[in-house]
Amino acid sequence: MKRFALFAALVSIATPVFAQEAPAAKPASAAGDARIQSLEDQVRTLAEQVSLLRAELQTMRDAKAPATAGDGKIILASSQVEPGTPPAAPDPAATASPVAPLSPVPAQPAQTQTFGGATSNAKLLNPDISLIGDFIGTAGHNTVSPGKALELHESEVGMQAIIDPYARADVFISFGEEGVNVEEGYLTFTSLPAGLLMKVGKMRAEFGKVNTMHNHALSYIDRPLATDNLVGGEDGIDDAGISITRFLPAPKNWFAEGTAQVFRGDSDDVFSSNRRQDVSVVGHLRAYRDLTESTNIDLGFSYSRGHNNAGISTTFNPSEFITNLYGADATLRWKPLRRAIYKSLLFRTELFWSNRDQLSPLDVFQTQHAFGMYSSADYRVNRRWTVGGRFDRSGRASNSSLTDTGFSGILTYWPSEFSQIRTQYRYGHLWDDANLKYTNANELLFQFLFVMGAHGAHPF
Amino acid sequence: MFVEKWIQKLAAIATTLALLFAVAAPTVRAESKIRIMTATTDLAALAQEVGGDKVDVESVARGYQDPHFVEAKPSFLLKLRRADLLIVVGLELEIGWLPPLITQSTNPKIQVGAPGYFDASRFAKIMEIPTGAVTRAEGDVHPQGNPHYWLDPENGLRIAKAIADKLSQMRPGDSAYFAQRYASFEQHLKQADQQWMAQMKPYAGRRIVTYHRSWPNFAEHFGLNVVGYVEPRPGIPPSPQHTVELIGQMKRDGVKIIVVEPYFDLKTPNAIARDTGGTVVVLMPSVGGEKEITDYFKLFDYDIAKLKQAFDATH
Repeated sequence: MKRFALFAALVSIATPVFAQEAPAAKPASAAGDARIQSLEDQVRTLAEQVSLLRAELQTMRDAKAPATAGDGKIILASSQVEPGTPPAAPDPAATASPVAPLSPVPAQPAQTQTFGGATSNAKLLNPDISLIGDFIGTAGHNTVSPGKALELHESEVGMQAIIDPYARADVFISFGEEGVNVEEGYLTFTSLPAGLLMKVGKMRAEFGKVNTMHNHALSYIDRPLATDNLVGGEDGIDDAGISITRFLPAPKNWFAEGTAQVFRGDSDDVFSSNRRQDVSVVGHLRAYRDLTESTNIDLGFSYSRGHNNAGISTTFNPSEFITNLYGADATLRWKPLRRAIYKSLLFRTELFWSNRDQLSPLDVFQTQHAFGMYSSADYRVNRRWTVGGRFDRSGRASNSSLTDTGFSGILTYWPSEFSQIRTQYRYGHLWDDANLKYTNANELLFQFLFVMGAHGAHPF
Repeated sequence: MFVEKWIQKLAAIATTLALLFAVAAPTVRAESKIRIMTATTDLAALAQEVGGDKVDVESVARGYQDPHFVEAKPSFLLKLRRADLLIVVGLELEIGWLPPLITQSTNPKIQVGAPGYFDASRFAKIMEIPTGAVTRAEGDVHPQGNPHYWLDPENGLRIAKAIADKLSQMRPGDSAYFAQRYASFEQHLKQADQQWMAQMKPYAGRRIVTYHRSWPNFAEHFGLNVVGYVEPRPGIPPSPQHTVELIGQMKRDGVKIIVVEPYFDLKTPNAIARDTGGTVVVLMPSVGGEKEITDYFKLFDYDIAKLKQAFDATH
């Protein structure tokens, strides 16, 4: 509106200037006359446009009048602006040159007076839709679990919306090289009595930390060895079920939370359900405390129990074979509030114990007790760079005498908060099943991650 | 054997569930104060102005913290679960941290759209609403307009009015109290604003550069002219090329003031100031940015004093 008003003012100034110039140009040639003619035409067109704009302005003002009258009471006297008067401070765009108003209006933020209302039609009823692309390249030597040289590892489509006053839904569908998979798809009931939070659908189980994270939210390109060996690989414990979470009473300054989940019992290679009643369960306890404003500690204990696939196609009853998993996690975070976007540090350790019922090579019923862990540190050096290191050690769930060890170092560059470029060096001392010996793996991985659209924030 | 396993399994489920349910829900006592949580300290300050001693107000973000990047710490959940009213800035300022907190709070009163969810942006004058296509080529744009709208006393007044109305609606018995608190706040703010305007009058139309686009409402109200930004695009860190361009522009236009929010690195602004003979001024975008800024009035007192000082020093 201000621009229109200024434009009108400029034109009214410009007109007499042209008028004065006209007589001076008289003795000039016919070419000069033609120029004056075209200028006059231009001025006329401008005048017409101004009157049109004035009319438009008037209608807009009329439409706004009742609203502003209601608000009038709370406008400060010192800054009362009469409708249509030119603003005190000159608008740089308009004062640049008299030609400026003729150029098409550039796509810049509009300076219109809006009192709220902007949210009303911005998104309509569409869910928040996002896509996360995850491109990975691998080079180097690894005979045990060789990755592809180049792959669009996963494209995760997220759709998130509030369903009704009582629930919201979050669905994440991943398109990978092997096909399409509903990674998560659940309804969350937010308005239950007694402080209960219930989730229903397919979800990543609340077993430790790394199991709850989507691939793109990890601080490394890969998952720890312990996840691969003991907790179901890349997808981890991710199954259809019901989850209930509740705050627990805790000492002063502590936050405690308990989660109980029941799943169908099919999770990659960790659990498999042979009969309908072979459900798996997950329990998680979490304790959190702010040590200072910028430092906090986060502890968790997890338990999971389900049936495994060791008994399938044997003479034993397949439902006799159980896997019990125990987990403990500890995280220490440091992030100074005044420099949160430049500096932060995170230490995390997770421990896993797996007790897996299976048959020994001599077909004797036995339970393998395997242990795995990882320990990592991530440091944000500045706004655009983070570095990290991770130590890995894990037995194999089905043969705890075999222990894989590894180390990774990672460097991440953040062009913006919507993309990441990473390089990870990974060393592994891994048991090679094919050659029955330990081998060394040395690999360099790189990854490009990008986010399109509105991807909902992840829980802390 | 079968039955045994079954019993064992049921026991496992029962134990985990029992852990959750055994603890009785904390008894809700009818407290006389309305418990208000706000996303930022400015909204807390405004709520305190009109709520007086009938409310308990606390903010999630601190005044010296970048409100775009607050961590959704579980410790906030304990406060949110007991809140009667949650006041948010809106316009997607808190999109990176507030939605999970609201969901996990298990508090039906403050869920989005519930009566206890209060979006202050609906009552304020919003600037820089993008027209045409919005893409992230523009950086971290806010499709619904610039969310730093509280830095205009007029908006402060509008928000305070809306909060007073909301509180009256929640506690009709105290509506006279809230109306009176608002009236007195309005009167004080109008007086204060006259002083601020008088203080800023000599500098009307002065050109300044700011780090982030936090100040359009402030600049408009006090007649300043923001001609450039240290960030090449909102949310994108300074680049050498953009910095060179900005220095050139500042030299051409004689711009001497670089306004920086307290949560940004001063390295680039200082370098620009050295090159242009200008001054870096750290202004506080929020109440609580400095210890002495304890309320909405002191926020403007502080910022205007700093600006005056800088304008006088560079003239």
